[in-house]
Amino acid sequence: MTKLSSRLIGVAAILVSAVVFLVPFAFIIITAFKDKQQAALLDFTWPNGFHLWSNIVEVVTTRNWMMVTAFINSTILTVASVTLLVIFAAMVGFVLARRKTRFNGLIEFLILAGLMIPPAVVPTIWLLQGIGLFGKLHGLILIEVAYGLPFSIILYRAFIATIPRELDEAAIIDGARPLDVFFRVILPLLWPVTVTNIVVQSVGVFNDFTNPLYYLPGNANATVQLTLYNFQSQFNTSYNLLFTNILLITIPPLLVFLFFNRHIVAGMTAGAVKG
Amino acid sequence: MTALSEAGAAVSPGAPRAIRRSPYPGWFFLPAALIYGILFLVPTLASLYFSLTRWTLFNSTFIGLDNFAQFFREPFLIQGLVNTVIYAVVTSGLKVVLGMMLALLLTSAVMARGYLRSVVFFPVLVSTVGVGITFTVLMHPTQGMINETLALFGIKGPGWLVDPKLALLSVALVDVWKGVGLATVIYIAGIVAIPKDYYEAARIDGATKWQNFLYVTLPLSRPATATVITLSFIGGLRTFDLIWAMTRGGPGFSSDTIASVIYKQYQAGFYGLSTAGNVVLFVLIAILVVPLTMLLNRRQGHE
Repeated sequence: MTKLSSRLIGVAAILVSAVVFLVPFAFIIITAFKDKQQAALLDFTWPNGFHLWSNIVEVVTTRNWMMVTAFINSTILTVASVTLLVIFAAMVGFVLARRKTRFNGLIEFLILAGLMIPPAVVPTIWLLQGIGLFGKLHGLILIEVAYGLPFSIILYRAFIATIPRELDEAAIIDGARPLDVFFRVILPLLWPVTVTNIVVQSVGVFNDFTNPLYYLPGNANATVQLTLYNFQSQFNTSYNLLFTNILLITIPPLLVFLFFNRHIVAGMTAGAVKG
Repeated sequence: MTALSEAGAAVSPGAPRAIRRSPYPGWFFLPAALIYGILFLVPTLASLYFSLTRWTLFNSTFIGLDNFAQFFREPFLIQGLVNTVIYAVVTSGLKVVLGMMLALLLTSAVMARGYLRSVVFFPVLVSTVGVGITFTVLMHPTQGMINETLALFGIKGPGWLVDPKLALLSVALVDVWKGVGLATVIYIAGIVAIPKDYYEAARIDGATKWQNFLYVTLPLSRPATATVITLSFIGGLRTFDLIWAMTRGGPGFSSDTIASVIYKQYQAGFYGLSTAGNVVLFVLIAILVVPLTMLLNRRQGHE
C-alpha cells in the first residue's frame, strides 16, 4: 500500500516537474528550429522544417558579427575576473583564518556589508570615469572582482580553518618562506574549494547582465547577456532568432552543469548547515 | 625592536637568521583591499554625499534632502518602494515553502531522484534575461502557451504581464521558478545533516510522519531556513534584471522596483535622484535584513 502510494507520488513528481521545468526549455529549443512565420505563432508545435542552422548563421552575423565579439568579451571577462578573484580571495581567506588581530572584526563586517549592500551605480560610474576605466573591459573585470570577493573569501576562510596549522609550522621549520607556505603548501590543498569558487563565480559573471549594462555601454563592448537585450528590439518579430540567441548563450552554463554539478551545489549550499 | 625579537623567538632556536617574517603576511590583504576599497567602498560612501545633490557627473549642487523628499512624494516612486518589499516577501516566502517541500520529497525514497534534482536546479544556472524573455512569450495574454493551455480546460487565463494588478506577481512567480532550485539544494544539505538518532528516538516514541516533520525536521533545519530567507530576501530587494527583461517596470509603473527606478533615473540623467534611490535601497535592506537575521539566529540559539 505505502509502496504503491510512493510510486504514485514519484510518477506525479516526474510529470509535474517535466511540465513546469522542462517545457520552457523545450519551447526555447523548438522555437530555435522554426522559421520566422511559424515562430511568430508562439505555439508549442513541431517545427515545419529544420531551420536551426540558418537561424544560427543569421544570429551570429547580425550587426557585424556582434555575437562573436560578445562571446570573446564574455570569455575574457569571465576568465580574467575569476582568476583574480580566486587568488586574491584565497590570500585573504588564508591570513584571515590564521592570524587573529583586532582588524578581523572590521574585515568580517566589510565582508558582510559587501554581501548585503547594493553597489551605488552612478557614483561607481563617476569613479570609473575619474580613473579612466569606464566603458573598458578591464574596468568591468575589476568591478566583478570587487563584487565577488566577499562570497569567495567566505568559502575560502571556512575551508582553510579545517586545514591543520601544523602543516604551516612544519613547512616553516623546513625553511619555507611565507610565500612558499601559501603558494606551495596551502594553495594546492585548496583545490576542492577553488574548483567550487571557479564554477560558481564563472556562472555568475557569465550570466551577469546588470554590471555590463551600467559599466560597459556600447555595441563594440557587448557581452553575451547584452546581445539578448540589444536584439530584443531588433528581433521583435523574429522569435526564431531571439530564441536561437537564448539557446546559444545557454550552452556554456549547460556544459558547466553537466560537468561540475556537484561543485556548484557544494558551493551554493556552503554555510547552510552551520548557519 | 621588541617586535623583532618576538618574531625571532618564534623561530626554532639556533636559526641563523634573526629576523623571520610572519608566515601570515599582512600584505596578503592588500590586492583585495585595494580593489574592494576603491571600486566598492569609495562609491558607497560617495553615494551618501551625491544623494544630497543635483548632479551632472561634472558638477554637483548641494540641495539637501530634496531628492529624498521627491522619492517619498512622487506616487510612482513610492509604488516602486512598496513593490520592492512585496516582491521580496512573495519570492522569499514561496521559495521557503516550495524549497522545503521539494527537499522533503527529494530526500525521501522517491524514484528518479537524480533527475528531479537536476531538473529543479538547472534554471538557477541559466541566464536571467533569457528566462525573462522566454516567460514573457509564454505569458503572452492571447497567444502565450500558458493561456492557450488554460483555454483547453475552458479557463480564461489572465493577462499575466499586461494587467497592472498582476504584472509584479507574475514576474515574482518567474523568479521563484528560476530560484527555487537553490532553496531546494540548501534545504537538502540541511536535512541530510540532521543526525539519524533524532528520527530513531522519534520512532521509538511512536511519532507519526507529520510529527517527525513538525518536531524534528522543521526545527533542526532552521539554519537552512535562515540561509534561504536571508539570501532570497536580499536578492528580492535588489532584483533588477528579471523585471527589466520582462516588463521594464510596466504597465505604467505597476511593476517598478527601486532597482529599476535607479536605472530609469540614471537613463534620464537625474544622477542625484538615482543615487538617492541607491541610498534608499541600502537603508531598506539594512532596516529589514539586519533584524531579520538577528531574529532567525536568536531562535536558533534557543533550540
